[in-house]
Amino acid sequence: MKPAAFDYHAPESVDEALELLADEAVESRVLAGGQSLVPMMNFRLAVPEALVDLRRIEELRYLRIGADGALEVGARTTQAELLRDPAVTTGWPLLHDGVTHIGHPQVRSRGTVCGSLAHHDPHGELPALALALGATITVAGPAGRRQIAAEDFFVSFYEVALEPGELVVEARFPAPPAGSGWSFREIARRHGDFALVGVACLVTPAQTRLVVFGAAERPLLLADPSEVAAAVRPLDDLHASAEYRRQVAVLLAGEALAEARERADG
Amino acid sequence: MSTIGVSVPRVEDERLLRGEGRFLDDLRLEGALEVAFLRSPHAHAKIGAIDAAAALALPGVVAVIDGRETAAALEPMVFDIAKIVPETVREATAPQVRVHPMPALPAERVTYVGQPVVMVVAESRYLAEDAVDLVAVEFEPLPAVVDAERALEPGAPLVEPDWEDNEAISFSFERGDVDAAFAAAAVVVEESFRSHRQHPSPIETRGVAAGVDPQDGSLAVWSSTQTPHLLQDFLARWLHRDPERIRVRAPDVGGAFGVKHSCYPEDLLIPFAALRLGRAVKWAEDRAEHLAAATQGRDQLHRIAIAADSEGRILAVRDSAVMNAGAFNLLGLVVPYNTFTHLLGPYDVGALGFEMRVAVTNTVPTAPYRGAGRPEAVFAIERAIDRLARQLGADPADVRARNLIGPEQMPYETGIVYRDGSDQVYDSGDYPELLRRACELVQRERFEATASERRRIGVGYAIYTEGTGVGPFETARVRIEPSGTVKVFTGASSQGQGHRTTLAQVAAEALGVAVGDVEVVGGDSAAVPSGFGTLASRTLVVAGNAVSEAAAAVRAQALEVAAGMLAAAAYELEVEDGVISVRGRPDATLPLGAVAGFLTPFNPARPRGAPPELAAESVYRPGPVTWAAGVHVAVVAVDLPTGVVEVLRFVIAHDCGRVVNPAIADGQIVGGVMQGIGGALHEEIVYDESGQLRSGNFMDYMLPTAGEAPEFELVHLDTPSPLNPLGVKGLGEGGAIGPPAAIAGAVEDALADLGVVVHRGPLGPSRVRDLIASAASAASP
Repeated sequence: MKPAAFDYHAPESVDEALELLADEAVESRVLAGGQSLVPMMNFRLAVPEALVDLRRIEELRYLRIGADGALEVGARTTQAELLRDPAVTTGWPLLHDGVTHIGHPQVRSRGTVCGSLAHHDPHGELPALALALGATITVAGPAGRRQIAAEDFFVSFYEVALEPGELVVEARFPAPPAGSGWSFREIARRHGDFALVGVACLVTPAQTRLVVFGAAERPLLLADPSEVAAAVRPLDDLHASAEYRRQVAVLLAGEALAEARERADG
Repeated sequence: MSTIGVSVPRVEDERLLRGEGRFLDDLRLEGALEVAFLRSPHAHAKIGAIDAAAALALPGVVAVIDGRETAAALEPMVFDIAKIVPETVREATAPQVRVHPMPALPAERVTYVGQPVVMVVAESRYLAEDAVDLVAVEFEPLPAVVDAERALEPGAPLVEPDWEDNEAISFSFERGDVDAAFAAAAVVVEESFRSHRQHPSPIETRGVAAGVDPQDGSLAVWSSTQTPHLLQDFLARWLHRDPERIRVRAPDVGGAFGVKHSCYPEDLLIPFAALRLGRAVKWAEDRAEHLAAATQGRDQLHRIAIAADSEGRILAVRDSAVMNAGAFNLLGLVVPYNTFTHLLGPYDVGALGFEMRVAVTNTVPTAPYRGAGRPEAVFAIERAIDRLARQLGADPADVRARNLIGPEQMPYETGIVYRDGSDQVYDSGDYPELLRRACELVQRERFEATASERRRIGVGYAIYTEGTGVGPFETARVRIEPSGTVKVFTGASSQGQGHRTTLAQVAAEALGVAVGDVEVVGGDSAAVPSGFGTLASRTLVVAGNAVSEAAAAVRAQALEVAAGMLAAAAYELEVEDGVISVRGRPDATLPLGAVAGFLTPFNPARPRGAPPELAAESVYRPGPVTWAAGVHVAVVAVDLPTGVVEVLRFVIAHDCGRVVNPAIADGQIVGGVMQGIGGALHEEIVYDESGQLRSGNFMDYMLPTAGEAPEFELVHLDTPSPLNPLGVKGLGEGGAIGPPAAIAGAVEDALADLGVVVHRGPLGPSRVRDLIASAASAASP
């Protein structure tokens, strides 16, 4: 469980990082919190030739509320920093609650919000939360910056809509409108495990965003629990049967929607 | 004031909590090379050509060693314990035991995934792993067998081609008229219960380092082992060296639970490489290796039947068990015979029919894991008693109470021969009182108040007995230094149990010194001339009594010398807090250290014929084992639609005889219970049909964390053992024995109206939903 040899870079700016990532002759990976990438490297499941570590890029270290009221999370911001911010707790309670289900304090102290989005484990909480909250992911690349809606960002298992040489620099979570309600539910084998299956739900005066995760190759955005059974494509593994995931996804979706509506009314 | 029975803070903790512990991988041996292994990717395969040229060409790679090379120098490994069958055991159960030796590195054939095939020695572990990737081994896959029941069927692939089948062990026993009891019974229950395979998984994995002393050519070995002296003897035999020229030391060891008791191929290969290369060599196992290649535990299937009268009195038990030994029968009768001798536990049952078959399979070998055959026995009998209670419509605690051996029956002869060859006799205990005390603490009503149609509450029980303190011996040496410090040398090494504290308490009590003045040294084959090790819940019984005897002998020695110094008779002297005084002469005192100092060779006043120092050695050889016991009660909530099981409360009533340090005892018990909870709900080693390990990392092999801990309630009932001077019984394993049965019983109780029967764990949510679904489909024809 030792990684193969790799080059290590710790650039101090996004431009410098992009320059390193632009070298097509070298297979590079971006290192943020390293909570998934490093174990994969130790198992030699990932064997990058170079790592581009974001730790020195001060311009990516922020957690702020933008002009339009959206929560802007820079690529160096950890999950623990997000949880500690009272503005998040009050303004984005769904995000706050969902992130508390990620790992344990040690994991959240290192793990970053944008890193979890870019890694895209479909059993992970953050991709589902981004989708439920209608987040936008900002990526920087050789051709400049572009914004990708969460709906379009998550492609399949560990695959997102990043082009070669691109880097996630920010996740923007719009402020839920007044009168919104939310719910987050997941079933995990132990505290802090990836979900067997879970649901993140946001009900606003205008729409219902019901996201089921852990039941397909990416989180699924649905409008109503009645759609869940047909929409999911769950897998069998050591921890749960596909049928279990399907049944519990349906159950959790119904419960989450009811709870979100109740909170919206209240 | 007595120091026994006091929760003295662990002297170990300050170093460890400061991060100053020094474990195997912390050793910095000058110029040490590091090792990585190419391990078999196949459950069963012929080994073809091995091409190591590319690996050897990598800068920093020193050696690549395969089984064809070691075959010339290292005989295949066999452990004597696998072949030991006491005559009385032979007479009682007619065991058939077959052992085939285990090559350190196989030359011809691999028989389990994870088996070491090629050893790479390099300047660093990183380089060694790079080189492993460059070694090309041609494997020709052979049919594999994974499941023990399948392995025993005719026509199953043979794990050992020299055998005609895969049966490594069989034995049987019958007492009383079992058939007549079943024929006459008012109630008969019969079920199959499986104890699934688990991995001990201590926090620290295995590790070995070795070097050759340039001065005298002796071999120095460091190993994260439970048994330094056994490893010394083993290496002496397999490396053809005098034991005196091998010193084995266990540095700080981060847990073991049985997994570090066996001698492994790596234990032999690392010293072999150090001798061959003339350089220090180190191997620190990583977690993936540990899960794939260190011994595992459990893996038994029991078909058990109980015959009872209409009151629930058990008339007879019939049990037919199959156990999976893995690819080698490493330790013979140890685990399967333990299962047999613990099956009836605390119950007074007239007739017993038992048979056991142990199969070799293409999986990693199994070996003792905390409980070592007892949790499997308890899962079978306790689950069966729950079925009996259900069939009778009776309270499962009442049915148990009706069948318990009473305190008036002690000492109780079970009519069974224990594994050490002596008659199995429960020396002391009060099982009905243990059960009463546990039941008083359950607080079922508090949890019932939170129940709903969806959230079901259940209570489950497990009662067990545990033979502890097995011989053959343990050596202790106690010495008083001129500084007043008391040094205690023991053959029992520690893996975190707190021996430096508890054995210090035992020595302090026997000597009359403060606990803080005692230093315990263990884990070093040079500390005492002979030793056994820490396993099988034996250290306090065997090493503890050895320390107590040695300390008492030193005390007598000190008093004799002091009598001369104080012009008094030895019987007039007493020792308190390290100071000798003469009764009735308050001014006549002498520190123990001064007596030791008086014996210095340069003291002109030294009496002729006085001992060279204040020191004594004692070897304690226990008789039959002493019997600890416990009652475990689990309270669980089951969420019906999701199948999530939550352990709400866990009650333990425990009897380990006289308790030396209550805080340490409680910690041992709770730690064991947490491992049992892991087995009940989370942990399972899974192989697929081809023998590939599917649970080879900690995302798939799920250890419980503090987050999974329920509230605990512990009560001790101390019935001192009459079998040893300290009155102690072992307790290291007890905590892990009951939880799988108690939790399964609680889940079954919670789902009783649905007709759910729990035949096996772990009870993850998906399995619980399956149980509910299959009970529902059975109920609606």
